[in-house]
Amino acid sequence: MDGFDAERFTRHGFGGHGAALGMRYHAHGADWAELALPYDEKLIGDPGSGVIASGPIITMMDMAASIAIWIRRAAFVPHATLDLRVDYLRPATPGKTVIGRGECYRITRSIAFVRGQAHDGDPADPLAHVAGTFMVLGSW
Amino acid sequence: MVSTLPPYAATLGVEIERDVEGRPVLLMPFGDDVIGRPGFLHGGAISGLLEVAAIAALYHAIETEGPEDASVRIKPVTVTVDFMRGGRDKPTRAAGVVTRLGTRVANVEATAWQDDRDKPIAAARMNYLIVRD
Repeated sequence: MDGFDAERFTRHGFGGHGAALGMRYHAHGADWAELALPYDEKLIGDPGSGVIASGPIITMMDMAASIAIWIRRAAFVPHATLDLRVDYLRPATPGKTVIGRGECYRITRSIAFVRGQAHDGDPADPLAHVAGTFMVLGSW
Repeated sequence: MVSTLPPYAATLGVEIERDVEGRPVLLMPFGDDVIGRPGFLHGGAISGLLEVAAIAALYHAIETEGPEDASVRIKPVTVTVDFMRGGRDKPTRAAGVVTRLGTRVANVEATAWQDDRDKPIAAARMNYLIVRD
């Protein structure tokens, strides 16, 4: 049914930067995808508290949103992030895996609109909120 | 503080350089750990570089302000990244500019470029909460 299989796409894990951070597939639905970022000392942005940097969360939300777009388009269409805004609601708890959910709530011929949240165990207690846009590369 | 980058910066392979004014410029070599699609940087790695550059600029500004503020902690509140060009297979540099350093909030802009500083590949606006112990 799906033209894009998120589980299959991520079955062998992520390459490149996603692999360097230890990012993994978590779950997906009709217009959303969730990735997991296990706690790792190499992600720490504040050595005093052990809290991870915001960069890895941006990477995860960018990738989760990308997968959500491909699920919604039912195709792996190359695209580029146009912009991404992240609001940090609270620090990620040191030691806990961060789960990031990206949702594609609107697509046009050339632009995809996404939003998402990240939490570290309780979806009702999010640590980050994300809004962004992606642009289709080439002709569509 | 600026001279000791966090573990995440090492994960990105980021190193500190200085411009002629002594302000920090961050250098991120191209490599497997920062790749997105083949031949291009991952947008998240660019965002991470911008973040490290913004924080380095902010600490530099705080240290310039005076030694009594050495025990300042900063917390990111919002980050907005605009991507202008794909990051290619070459070194990337980034620098932050503190547009306002207040008592409780700092506004920072950071830009990332490759060949030409006037042709940025990405830029970010960041708002930080400042906690002065």
